[in-house]
Amino acid sequence: MFHWLEKHPFFFTVVLFVTVAFAGLVEALPNFAEQSRPTIGTKPYTTLELAGRHVYIKNSCNACHSQLIRPFKSETDRYGSYSLSGEYAYDRPFLWGSKRTGPDLMRIGNVRTTDWHENHMWDPSAVVPGTVMPAYKWMFTNAADLDTAYAEMVTVNKVFNVPYNKPIPMKDGEPKVVKMAADVAGARAEALADAKVIAASMKNQDVKDAVAAGKVPEIVALIAYLNSLK
Amino acid sequence: MENRPLEYDYTVAKWFMIATILLGLVGMLIGVILAWQLAFPSVNTMLGEGLAEYTAFGRLRPLHTDSMAYGFTVSGIMATWYYVGQRVLKVSMAESPFLMFVGKLQFILYVIIVAAVVVSLLLGLTTSKEYAEFEWPIDIGIVVIWVMWGISIFGLIGIRREKSMYISIWYYIACFVAIAMLYLFNNMEVPTYFVAGVGSVWHSVSMYAGTNDALVQWWFGHNAVAFVFTTPIIAMIYYFLPKESGQAVYSYKLSLLSFWGLMFVYLWAGGHHLLFSTVPDWMQTMGSVFSIILILPSWGSAINMLLTMKGEWQQVASSPLIKFMILASTFYMFSTLEGPIQAIKSVNALAHFTDWIVGHVHDGVLGWVAFMIFASLFHMAPRIFKREIYSKSLMNTQFWIQTLGVVLYFTSMWIAGITQGMMWRAHDEFGNLAYSFIDTVTVLHPYYTIRAVGGTLYLVGVFIFAYNMYKTMTGASREVDESEMQNASPMGA
Repeated sequence: MFHWLEKHPFFFTVVLFVTVAFAGLVEALPNFAEQSRPTIGTKPYTTLELAGRHVYIKNSCNACHSQLIRPFKSETDRYGSYSLSGEYAYDRPFLWGSKRTGPDLMRIGNVRTTDWHENHMWDPSAVVPGTVMPAYKWMFTNAADLDTAYAEMVTVNKVFNVPYNKPIPMKDGEPKVVKMAADVAGARAEALADAKVIAASMKNQDVKDAVAAGKVPEIVALIAYLNSLK
Repeated sequence: MENRPLEYDYTVAKWFMIATILLGLVGMLIGVILAWQLAFPSVNTMLGEGLAEYTAFGRLRPLHTDSMAYGFTVSGIMATWYYVGQRVLKVSMAESPFLMFVGKLQFILYVIIVAAVVVSLLLGLTTSKEYAEFEWPIDIGIVVIWVMWGISIFGLIGIRREKSMYISIWYYIACFVAIAMLYLFNNMEVPTYFVAGVGSVWHSVSMYAGTNDALVQWWFGHNAVAFVFTTPIIAMIYYFLPKESGQAVYSYKLSLLSFWGLMFVYLWAGGHHLLFSTVPDWMQTMGSVFSIILILPSWGSAINMLLTMKGEWQQVASSPLIKFMILASTFYMFSTLEGPIQAIKSVNALAHFTDWIVGHVHDGVLGWVAFMIFASLFHMAPRIFKREIYSKSLMNTQFWIQTLGVVLYFTSMWIAGITQGMMWRAHDEFGNLAYSFIDTVTVLHPYYTIRAVGGTLYLVGVFIFAYNMYKTMTGASREVDESEMQNASPMGA
């Protein structure tokens, strides 16, 4: 049979494709049949958080930081309770990472504050002596791309039914609503309002001035995102 | 039957050869910069604070992995395809103006896409999925290039004289088919601009969320390794080792077993990237088990290659080219044993997220993939440029410098990875964590430095290689009679 296949490229390729594709069919498809269901308390991202997530991706934070806590005592001691599938229901793309040059960030919002992140992103070695993390000073001046964040919000809402403007069940029994603005101007205004809350706990004068003038620097969006990781 | 000499046309092979050398230099230079950044973080601002955004580790890292996989390696695959394909199918590109046009156009598009990738990744336009970082417009370009390669493969096969496809062709087809499938499915994304009408045109959002996204990504990620770093490289060694040594492939049956075994088993193993994650347990176990089984077809190919040298081992001492190929297959064996070990659940619990994984990748790509590509280019150059290799002693120097580089690389990363993994889980007498995270970072400094030295040595070897190839291309011409008969057997001449 193999001899015959070697002389018949078309059938060779067909048999090859089936052989190669088989595993994917068996392994991946069943999981897709079952829609990924959010755990209680998992909310979609706000405009500002999503813009911060884009800053995280833009700088490949996931190259050195994971967002996946494995079910080992040493990991739950260090990072908090282990990850559940439903907690990632709104993560497009997933940001598990494959390397921990730095610590896991899945629940970083529980242990670090806006103030800590501000100092750390400006000069990591001043906060954590011996660190190999570079400084991210440009984030204090670059503007966050709120429009693209809003575009993503609209897209996931329309295409994947991500529940914006709908009550979301929370652990304390009080449902919460994550708002999606009707238009991009509304989204910018909402993000700015959230940014003001964060900027109030920051010290960098340029950032404070920018937010007061109605602009949102990348660092503010990134901190909003990091604070949301719980 | 008519039997005239064949004149192969190596134009496209030549272009891709030059791309291989240049992209290899760029990709490995970035890799070396990254290695020094981890040892000495001040390297992150090597071009000043103003350009820090573009020289920081995070921006350069995808550029390194992608330029090595899709730059250096894919160029190497194309260069060898446009050489080997014609020869084992016994048909010249010159016989079909259409295929010649497709080949040339493929190269030109490839160069454009490479430029787009470099610019977009430096600007931070990335989807974040490893080895699939490119945003959707570039993905479309890549699909076009891949389709053109398909036309080239099946076009040449369509007009072939040699009816039976040689082993190398099986592996090239496998690379084409599997990458097409994997790349398409993993890069399913919705461009947000076209749904919302605002924001960046470049931005897209993945079709899959969370755990499903991870599942597709590592089904892709693991098998991109399989079908970029393994099958086409096996295609090369099945052609170039017998050709260079003058020995017949040791066992046809073994090559059959390892080919079909590899095709069936490889795709299952992707789950080993997701052990102890939130994907279903049975998939993790399948990933683990099939990774162990994967040793069989992998070692099948490697042993077949080593036994091809049976009775001719003195060639390893006399020919630097054979040295490269034998060390490559040895590293292939080594790497395909190390991988399955890391896929065992209890080992993975320690190794995952550490530098041991980085070490594993690099003993595979530096020791196996890159060595085999260097060897292939060394074999092709005299036949394509009609000139002898400029310096055999430079080849030897390159070989030993690079071998030393790889050894320093993987040994330091083993120690770093295992140290880190052990420290993360260490508890004191009261059951509390023994180390804070930063302790597990500062302890790695010496190993990061050794790794950077190893990487630098390897890069020096690549510069020697580039110089040797440059001198070969521009050296005094030597007329070599490379024509062979149309009816010659694929491996005959």
